[in-house]
Amino acid sequence: MSDPILEMRGVSKSFFGIRALRSVDLTVHAGEIHALMGENGAGKSTLMKILSGAYRPDPGGEIRIEGRPVRIEGPLGGRAAGISIIYQELSLAPNLSVAENIYLGREMSRSGLLARGAMRLGVGPILARLGADFLPSTPVAQLSMGQRQLVEIARALHARSKILIMDEPTTALSAGESERLFALIRQLRAEGLAIIYISHRMDEICALGDRVTVLRDGRLVGSLDKAEIRADTIVRLMVGRDVSTFYKKDHDPAAGRGHVVLTATGLADGRRVRGCSLTVHAGEVVGLAGLIGAGRTELAHLIIGASPKTAGHIEIEGRPIDIRTPGEALDAGIAYLTEDRRSLGLFLDMSCLDNINLAVLGRDAKLGCILDRDTARDRASKAFTALGIRAANVGVSAGVLSGGNQQKVLLSRLLATTPKVLILDEPTRGVDVGAKSEIYSIIDNLAKSGTAILVISSDLPEIIGICDRVIVMRAGQIAGQMERTAASPLSQEDIMALATGMEHAHA
Amino acid sequence: MVLLVRAAGMLPVLLLLCLGFHFLSDGRFFSGQNLGIVLQQAAVNTVLAAGMTFVILTGGIDLSVGSILAASAMAGLAISTIPDLAAFWLLVSVLTGLGFGVINGALIALLRLPPFIVTLGSLTAVRGFARLLGTDTTIFNPSIPYAFIGNGSLTLIPGVVSIPWLSVIALLVILVSWLVLRRTVLGVHIYAVGGNESAARLAGIKVWAVLIFVYGVSGLLAGLGGAMQAARLYAANGLQLGQSYELDAITAVILGGTSFVGGIGSIWGTLVGALIIAVLSNGLILIGVSDIWQYVIKGLVIIGAVALDRYRLQGSART
Repeated sequence: MSDPILEMRGVSKSFFGIRALRSVDLTVHAGEIHALMGENGAGKSTLMKILSGAYRPDPGGEIRIEGRPVRIEGPLGGRAAGISIIYQELSLAPNLSVAENIYLGREMSRSGLLARGAMRLGVGPILARLGADFLPSTPVAQLSMGQRQLVEIARALHARSKILIMDEPTTALSAGESERLFALIRQLRAEGLAIIYISHRMDEICALGDRVTVLRDGRLVGSLDKAEIRADTIVRLMVGRDVSTFYKKDHDPAAGRGHVVLTATGLADGRRVRGCSLTVHAGEVVGLAGLIGAGRTELAHLIIGASPKTAGHIEIEGRPIDIRTPGEALDAGIAYLTEDRRSLGLFLDMSCLDNINLAVLGRDAKLGCILDRDTARDRASKAFTALGIRAANVGVSAGVLSGGNQQKVLLSRLLATTPKVLILDEPTRGVDVGAKSEIYSIIDNLAKSGTAILVISSDLPEIIGICDRVIVMRAGQIAGQMERTAASPLSQEDIMALATGMEHAHA
Repeated sequence: MVLLVRAAGMLPVLLLLCLGFHFLSDGRFFSGQNLGIVLQQAAVNTVLAAGMTFVILTGGIDLSVGSILAASAMAGLAISTIPDLAAFWLLVSVLTGLGFGVINGALIALLRLPPFIVTLGSLTAVRGFARLLGTDTTIFNPSIPYAFIGNGSLTLIPGVVSIPWLSVIALLVILVSWLVLRRTVLGVHIYAVGGNESAARLAGIKVWAVLIFVYGVSGLLAGLGGAMQAARLYAANGLQLGQSYELDAITAVILGGTSFVGGIGSIWGTLVGALIIAVLSNGLILIGVSDIWQYVIKGLVIIGAVALDRYRLQGSART
C-alpha cells in the first residue's frame, strides 16, 4: 500500500485535567475509507476537532500529512493542511446560492466586486463530477438534505482537500439518498481521496469500511483490517468494560413492581418519532437507550406535550389523558428532567429557592396568587438536605452552582410536584463522579417509593447499572426491549446491537 | 465592585446629581417648591416606566406607550365633554390604554411576533387613532371632573408638607408593581419568562398569559398616564401629546438596572431611574444650561446607562 497520507502518533488532549484522548495513533492511507467508531463520549469528536484545528492537542504527540509534520491551528488550519470536515449539522448558509457557499470565505472578486458569474462557472465541473442535479445559482434553502451534503463535498473538493472527514453523514438522509452518497464516497475513494467515516451504523461500516479504528474512553482499543471487520467484533471493542459497584440499585422490581402508570401508544411527531409505544410500572426504572439522534428526547417531548403529536395517545394509570403542554403534563403527574439544564431547565439568575419552587408556586399560593414564602423556604431547605445540595444558602443564584448541584436543584423542582412518572433525560450529563453516584441513589429511592421512572441515557453502563428494563430506540422507532432477570443480566452488547441495527445472536 | 454596583444600583448617582445641582444652583435645588416640581415632573414618566419594567423584565419592549397615552387622554377628554358620561372619563382613559396593551400582548404572545415590531407598528397606528378621536384638533375641557389629580396636592402637614397628587399616584403605582413582582406567583413567572423562556414553558408556566399580562399592564399604565396628563392640562392634542415618551420610560428602566435581555431588575431601580431623568431636566434648567445642551447631556446619560447594563451583566451567571 502507498505511504500513509495522515499519521497521528501519540496524540492526547486533556480538558481541565480530564483526559479526553490518551495517546491515540491513527494511520490513514489515500484511497481508503477509514471508519472511526466508538460510543458517545469515546473521543471521536475530540479527535476530529484536533484535525480541523478547533482544538490544539497536548504537547508530545505528532501529526504528519504526506510524511511532513504539521501543526494544525485555528479553524482554517485544517483546510490549509488539506483536511475538510463535513459535520452532522451541515455548515451551509441556506440564504446563499450553491456557488456562494462553495466559495464562502474565499470569494472571487474583480476589482473589489463579487465575481458571481466566474464563481458559478468555477463550481460547474465539480458539481458535474459529483453528479449534482442542481444549478450553481440555486439557493441552498431549496435543496434537500442529500443535495446539501453534495454541496459540502463539493466545497471540500474545491478546496483541494485530500482528506475528507464525514461525521454521521446519513443521519438526516433517506435510504435512497444514503445509497447515492455511498456510491459517491466509493467514487471519491477511487479518485484517491482518504475518507474518515464516522458512524454508529454497523451496516454502513461493514459495507463501506476498508479499515475500522475503535475508540473507547479516549483510548484506541483496536484497529481492524478489511478482512477482520465484523459487527460483533466491533461491538465488543466498543463496549468492553466492567460495570463497577458505582451504581446503586436496591429496589427490587420483581417483588415490588406495581400497576402500570404510564402507557404511551403509537406516538409519532411526523418527523423524528414514528409509532412508539411503551409502558412504565410503578416502582420500576426503565431505561431508554439508543444512539444520539434515535429520537429518545423527541419521544419524551411528545409524552410531556412539549412538541405536538401527529398520532398516538397517552394513559396515566389506565385513564386516557390529553396532554398538550408541559404544564398539563405536570398536572397529570408526569415530570420531565431536560437533558439541557442550562438552556431548558434552570433559571440561572434566579435563586435556588425560586428555581425549586417554581412549578408549585400556584398550588401553594395564598388567595390564589400571593406567594407563600414560608412554605417555599421550608421546601427548599428540605430539598437541600434530602438531596444533599451544596450551596451557601437557598438564596444563591442557580447559575453559580456546580453541574451536579444544579441538576439536584432541577430535580428538586420536579419532585416538589410529587410526580407519578419521572422522565429523566441524561440525568448525569455534565455531573461529576461523586454527584453521579448520589443521583443514582436518589433514583433508586424514588423507585422504592413507587415512582415510575423512565431514564434516557447514552451511557450504557449507567443504563445497565440502574435499570430494571431497557427499551432501545433506533431511527425513531422502538427497536426492542430487554428485561433484567437473575438468569440473564442486561448486556451492553445486546443493547448496542439493537441500537445500531445489527442482528446479534444472543447466546 | 460588580456586586457593589448591583446592590446599590443608581441611587448614589441620583444623590450625587441632587447634591451637585444643589451647589451649582446656589442652594435652589433642595427647596420645598423645587422638589415638588421635580416630583410632579417625574410622575407621568414613573408610571409609564413602571409598566415598561414589567415588559422589559420579560425581555420585551413597548414602544407604543407614548401613543397609547395620547389616545387614552383623547378618549378620556372626549367622554368628559359628554355631560351624562363625564364622571366616567378616568375609567375610559385607563380602559382605552388597557385595550391597546392587550392587543399588543395578544399579537406578541399568540402570533409570536417580535415585540419590537408589534409595538413599533402600534406606535404609529395608535397615534393615528389618537388624532382621529379629536378629529385632529385639540380637545379642551376646563371643567373636567377630578381635575385635582392633575394640579392639586395631598396635604400631609398643613402649610408645611404637601405632595402633588400626581406623585402620590406614581408612588402607589410603584408600590403595587413591587407587590405584584415580588409577592405574587405571577411576579416570579414574569422573571422566569424573562430569564429563560423555553425553560419557563417546560416548567409549565403559561408564557402566553404572562406576556399578555405585561403588555396589558404597560398599556393600562400608559392609559393612567394619559389621564394624569389630561387632568393636568385640561386638554389633549392627539398629534403632540406623549411624543417620544416611550424613550424616557425605557431610559428610566435601563437606568434603574433592569437588564435589556430580561429576567433581572427591580421596580425600585425604575423609580430611581425616573427620578434621575427628572432631576437632570430640572437641574440643568436651574443652572442655566441651554435647551440644546440638555439634549446632548441626556443622550449621553442613556448611552452611559447601557454601558452600565453591560458591565452589570458580566457579573451575572448568564453569558
